[in-house]
Amino acid sequence: MSILISVAAVSLLTVFLTILIILGETVLANYGVCTIDINHGRKRLAAVGGTTLLSALADHEIFVPSACGGKSTCGLCKIQVADNARPVLPTEAPYLTNAEAETGVRLACQYKIKSDLSVVIPEQFLATRRYHGRIERITDLTYDIKEFRLALPPGESLEFKAGQYIQVETKPYGNVKESVFRAYSIASQPAEQRYVDIIVRLVPNGICTTYLHKYVTVGDEISFTGPYGDFYLRDGADQLIFIAGGSGLAPIKSLIFDILAQQLDKNMIFFFGAVSKRDLYYVELFNDLAEKHENFTYIPALSKPEPDDDWDGELGLITEVVARHIHDGENKHAYLCGSPGMINACIEILSQIGFSSDQIFYDKF
Amino acid sequence: MTDVPNISPLIIFFASIITSNMVLTNFLGMCSYISVSSEYKTASGLGQAALIVMSITTALNWLIDHFLIVPLGLEYLRYVIFIIVIAATVQLLEMFLDRYFPALYISLGIFLPLITVNCAIFGVSLFMVIRGYSFIQTVLFGIGSGLGWWLAISLLAAIRHKIAGNKLPPGLNGPAIAFITTGIIALAFIGFSGIVIIQ
Repeated sequence: MSILISVAAVSLLTVFLTILIILGETVLANYGVCTIDINHGRKRLAAVGGTTLLSALADHEIFVPSACGGKSTCGLCKIQVADNARPVLPTEAPYLTNAEAETGVRLACQYKIKSDLSVVIPEQFLATRRYHGRIERITDLTYDIKEFRLALPPGESLEFKAGQYIQVETKPYGNVKESVFRAYSIASQPAEQRYVDIIVRLVPNGICTTYLHKYVTVGDEISFTGPYGDFYLRDGADQLIFIAGGSGLAPIKSLIFDILAQQLDKNMIFFFGAVSKRDLYYVELFNDLAEKHENFTYIPALSKPEPDDDWDGELGLITEVVARHIHDGENKHAYLCGSPGMINACIEILSQIGFSSDQIFYDKF
Repeated sequence: MTDVPNISPLIIFFASIITSNMVLTNFLGMCSYISVSSEYKTASGLGQAALIVMSITTALNWLIDHFLIVPLGLEYLRYVIFIIVIAATVQLLEMFLDRYFPALYISLGIFLPLITVNCAIFGVSLFMVIRGYSFIQTVLFGIGSGLGWWLAISLLAAIRHKIAGNKLPPGLNGPAIAFITTGIIALAFIGFSGIVIIQ
């Protein structure tokens, strides 16, 4: 009997406290409907108070980039709260510089809407949309790199600048219980509005790369948002140096094809760095391009060819190869895409050659 | 049930701040006391959080003890029930502060939820049962203990701030010197024992 009483008493108390907390949540955490003003009157939205800025904006089809899905682990969803930004939360602090914190930059996934507020976000985010596409084609490019063609729904088009990226949304699979967003550069040209191509290297234990490589087949539905990014062609130089490694070829391919299609008067050299022959792809495509166009040169380089690779092209690290061919930075712009290690090394060698920092554009991943 | 001790609630109040200080005489709540005392501002924030939670939960636990636990003979479940009450109170308090005192909520930050597992909070609730305090005595005991804890951590943080610029033997850096400092503060507090004493 006493056991029953004790169980009942503890249960009742717990239930009572739980009800109290739920009541508290509905009464205290209810902030009504708040208005979000975007870019000083450019757009006004109504949002339910208590939600985060990131989800409130996403509800209105404004997709702020976020790789972690709102867990405050990627630090990508920075937006500026125009006035009276609340103090930086401990969860935001690691991702914000002092200058950012002072000017009201906050992580959209951590900033809860509690009253009407005014935010400033990059204009390009307003042009981003969510697309429900379909996998049209999967091509094996190397042993660990695949190209995915994502067809847009009929009648829809994605307008972007060559070099920009999209965020692909995964669906839960295997042990992964949540959807995540990951950024991939667009490899196809802007002129192709019916589909976008992305190039994905399989990363061991990568949530999205595993999903795309192992779980997705032709015909599957796939959602993505975009376009994002400020890696695109700038004016100011006639000679363009492109340097890429691995799946970093994607935006560079888009840029080169776009420039050739528009018949811009540019001289282009494309350096592609790989370890051995099995890491090279699109060699024929770029060789053909170089044959057809006088203003385009293609230089693939291997750092460690296998004995049976039978390689007679450029040898060495991509930085060494670049240094052999480029001797000054005059009238030149460099576009880099690859791993942070490769990009940092390339920036160093380019600045030694004579490039200033405003002549170098890059996209690290 | 023990009889209500014949001590003025005011004496309990002052004693729990000075001579029966939760940290300096009972050494409760040491983990956060040592680890969060390296900076004065955050230490003081934690102290305030402890004060608020301690004041509320001690009184609440007294009511639950007298009207639920003792009448039903559930003394053996006291620990579990007290902990549940503390956790729920912190949750509610968090929502309340977030709504009506956002500045305080932000300044307390992560410390408020951490308070749930602070043993000083729990200790105060258990002491008030063991010593058989009346409700008024309990309320002042809770508030006093909270103030005492705030005072202790603020003192340590201020002293650690002074120590920070000085050269120490390598092994004494960090928590070690904090413990020694705490010991010396505790010794100094014994000097007050002639004024009020409840233990």
